[in-house]
Amino acid sequence: MNPITTRLSGKNILFSTVFLVSFSLLNNVVNAQNEHNHASESVETTIENSDSSTKTETIAVDKHSNSGEEKFNTQELIMEHIADAHDWHLWGHTSVHLPIILYTSKGFEFFSSGKFEHGHATHQGTHFNYRIVKNPGEQKENIKAVDASGNVDESISVIDLSITKNIASLLLSVILLLIIFISIANGYKKRGIGAPKGLGAWLEPIVIFVRDDIARPNLGENYARFMPYLLTVFFFIWMNNVLGLVPFFPGGANVTGNIAVTLVLALITFILTNINGTKTYWGHIFSPHVPKWLWPLMIPVEIIGLFTKPFALMIRLFANITAGHILILSLVCLIFIFKSLAVAGISVPFIVFISVIEMVVAFIQAFIFTILSALYIGMALEKPQHDDHH
Amino acid sequence: MELVTPSIGLVVWSTLSFLILMFLLTKFAWKPITAALKEREDSIEGALKQAEAARDQMQLLKNDNERLLNEARAERDRLLKEASEMKDQILAKAKSDAKTEGDKMIIAAKDAIEREKLNAMNELKSQVATLSIDMAEKLLRKQLADRGQQEAFVNDNLNSISLN
Repeated sequence: MNPITTRLSGKNILFSTVFLVSFSLLNNVVNAQNEHNHASESVETTIENSDSSTKTETIAVDKHSNSGEEKFNTQELIMEHIADAHDWHLWGHTSVHLPIILYTSKGFEFFSSGKFEHGHATHQGTHFNYRIVKNPGEQKENIKAVDASGNVDESISVIDLSITKNIASLLLSVILLLIIFISIANGYKKRGIGAPKGLGAWLEPIVIFVRDDIARPNLGENYARFMPYLLTVFFFIWMNNVLGLVPFFPGGANVTGNIAVTLVLALITFILTNINGTKTYWGHIFSPHVPKWLWPLMIPVEIIGLFTKPFALMIRLFANITAGHILILSLVCLIFIFKSLAVAGISVPFIVFISVIEMVVAFIQAFIFTILSALYIGMALEKPQHDDHH
Repeated sequence: MELVTPSIGLVVWSTLSFLILMFLLTKFAWKPITAALKEREDSIEGALKQAEAARDQMQLLKNDNERLLNEARAERDRLLKEASEMKDQILAKAKSDAKTEGDKMIIAAKDAIEREKLNAMNELKSQVATLSIDMAEKLLRKQLADRGQQEAFVNDNLNSISLN
């Protein structure tokens, strides 16, 4: 397990401990939340061999000590917010149903996520029957094909291409970015080289910042070729980070804190780096400047280095944004754990404080991802130096 | 582990939407924006360069003017000096000329006076001689016309001459 996940499960243990200490639990948490608890209860009791055993034990203990009383499961609530979902939960029983798109061996299936009734119902599709299955202790919703008696049929492969909460939020950010930047570009067409106004005046310095402080120092004279990617990735990450901090409906999704999104972004940087690799760049990897007997050691290290760089990009963004969400959510949860308004007096200023920090982190993480991408691409563009010993 | 397990749907959709976003933004936003920024920077740089050139030109002109002014001042001073020198020279020359001329004239005048005096003397002398002769003639004639007087005269003369 890499250090990031250890850190995260460490946090989970912390939450569980806090949870154990506070035996006073809420009866009337969000109703939808309770439903989820009912739904997952049967699954949770079947856990035997989970790797996060501490977590499971905690849940089990709570179940015994609070039998009959509705429990407030901090971990579940936080994970539900962090994880992706097929519905966009608004409040109580209200949620936005998102389209489900499945690719099965017999072809595509399209239907509304409302058909699953928050994971309670089995939907009879054109080709198979489907239901939402969660792994023990997890909030991730897997859509599986089921047979007539409702048992999961693993032999049928179902590829889930649904427009989930994260994808909906991502598409929203794409639309927002398109509207913002195309309108800014049109402003330039109108005003020519005059000073920008409105949104343009605010974002133009950032475009210049990306160009002069990210692209130029790292990419040298070739910077213009990579500007579209760097600008897009910067504003894409920033927009999604900021949207993730908005606590109500079209915001709040954990897009950039989702490993799949950061994986895709890191992968694009990886591809851009390596398709632009010069002879010198590959030379450093396959004939490093060390004595020949060290090559069997150095070449594998260099090859691993190729992959660790984008891997670090992926993990860094994911971990930072997810950690921020968990932090804010756990501060909110404190109020419900202690069932006291006095706690809100402490919690809310902290949430405001952390949110402000997260606003800064949103920018900084976008900046770091972009500058490191530029740096890696710049390293691949390296020209042979005069003191080369080849 | 759910957090670090990428879901295929999200991978597919985020790749697709990111690439489409990049394509659209590149075509409709980044290119016009970066072009406009470059154009503006070029124009500002051009304006700055022009201003610099104009300033240099101004400096050059100013220096030129200064030089011309200084030259003009020097010329004026030189001319004034020359003029005053010339005036002195002319004055001195005029003075000396006048003096020599005057001296010459005085000498000539003196000569003329001398000559005239001499002439006058000579003329006077001849006049006196003529007059004396005339008078003597007239006297003689008168004296000789009256006998008694002649005798008286002779007697007087004779009386005055003492024979000692």
